[in-house]
Amino acid sequence: MKHIKTIANPKHNCINPKSGCDECRSSCQSACKTSCTVGNQVCEQKKKEQQ
Amino acid sequence: MSMHCFECLGEYFLYDIESGALHVVDRIVYDYLQGDISCYSKNQIDEVIDELQQLTDNGLLYTNPPQVPRQIKERVIKSLCLHVSHDCNLRCKYCFAGQGAYHGDRLNMSIDIALASIDFLIANSGTRHNLEVDFFGGEPLLNLDVLKKTVEYANAQGAIYNKQFLFTTTTNGLLLNKETSDYLNQTMENVVLSLDGRKSVNDELRVTAGNKGSYDLIVDKYRYFRSIRGNKSYYVRGTFTALNLDFCADVLHIADLGFDQISLEPVVLSKGDVLEIRQEHLQTIFRQYEILAKEYIERRQNGRWFSFFHFVLDLENSPCYKKKLSGCGAGVKYLAVAPNGDIYPCHQFVGEKEYCMGNVQSGVIDESIRDIFASTDLTTKPKCASCWAKYHCSGGCNANAIHFNNDISVPYEISCEIFKKRLECALYIYSKAHE
Repeated sequence: MKHIKTIANPKHNCINPKSGCDECRSSCQSACKTSCTVGNQVCEQKKKEQQ
Repeated sequence: MSMHCFECLGEYFLYDIESGALHVVDRIVYDYLQGDISCYSKNQIDEVIDELQQLTDNGLLYTNPPQVPRQIKERVIKSLCLHVSHDCNLRCKYCFAGQGAYHGDRLNMSIDIALASIDFLIANSGTRHNLEVDFFGGEPLLNLDVLKKTVEYANAQGAIYNKQFLFTTTTNGLLLNKETSDYLNQTMENVVLSLDGRKSVNDELRVTAGNKGSYDLIVDKYRYFRSIRGNKSYYVRGTFTALNLDFCADVLHIADLGFDQISLEPVVLSKGDVLEIRQEHLQTIFRQYEILAKEYIERRQNGRWFSFFHFVLDLENSPCYKKKLSGCGAGVKYLAVAPNGDIYPCHQFVGEKEYCMGNVQSGVIDESIRDIFASTDLTTKPKCASCWAKYHCSGGCNANAIHFNNDISVPYEISCEIFKKRLECALYIYSKAHE
């Protein structure tokens, strides 16, 4: 395309059977303690698939 | 609205809210989407319309939210913030915890309460394998012996019950020495080291009981810890206030000290405090994030790599929809335990009697308080419905919503505005790393 370049196409809200395992960290525990930052976490299932 | 079109550092972006697709666009697309087509030819506009239609047809723009029934949050606990000490050897002037004592007595957690907390967590963790314990305070190293015994006990119990404990310690660094650093390095999944940045900034607010600045007392200790930490997780974490709205210099100062995992958070204080972040500060703060984003890219390209917590973004591997709806889990999956064993929805509620949910020694939780948090998620916050950043903050911090608006469903607006600007910068950085 001439005017648009796609950088990421994650379809991040697709529902799959593995979603919702809840093994990921509580988002407040890492470094913030005063905000709720979920978007910068990585899904534990996807992490395992990559290993 | 199901997309967000924005400009950041002279470049233009289109972000599809539901799918998370990110597109770099030219000025014509940006202007078209803003309704300003006066200086473009019909041919140019037709091209833009055609390309936007292609994105839509391919599920990359204007995608719909998934149709899933609203889920009631499971009553399973996976994470405890363990206040092993309500005493502190610093008197930070912005401390939400009343200089460590949480507006109560200065006391340490007993070993009995600490071990009961681990039992409580395991007993309420259902089938969860990964469990988190954050040693917090006050200053947790003031109660190091209990901290160590708790780690030992949790690991032993974890082996019996098939639970993996992930520990974090948040420390102001004063009591760090070689032996303690080595211990934390070996046992902690994550270590958070508090420092606000430049010496003048840090020492204005992070002072000892004798009003002495803490910078010179901790920086070399942090450097030693960094030298042994390898590629394991840690953060040098600071706070910026109305006194250092030029906080970009503080992030870069921390990086220049040799630390490569950095977080700097806007202070959260009640209205009227001289240090609070106010609406009129926002434009300055936004500009600072842009300056930081530019420098961030420059340094990462030139061998001076560092990571800034709020610029970290992995669009392809982000958490599932359920996580994005439920957020941090405070009050439900994530609880805080005071030194006397009292349970609160999170560390920000500790000491507020009306939010005391029970005690780890009885193991009974007040479900009426838990219900408030369990019945709240992104879908129950009306203002969030139309927000483009909602899947990244999950509706924001519930403690802030309650403390500022007395309503868990109304997010704290200053935080929202700062969050959105940080996310735009993070998407800009992401585009540069993936183009």
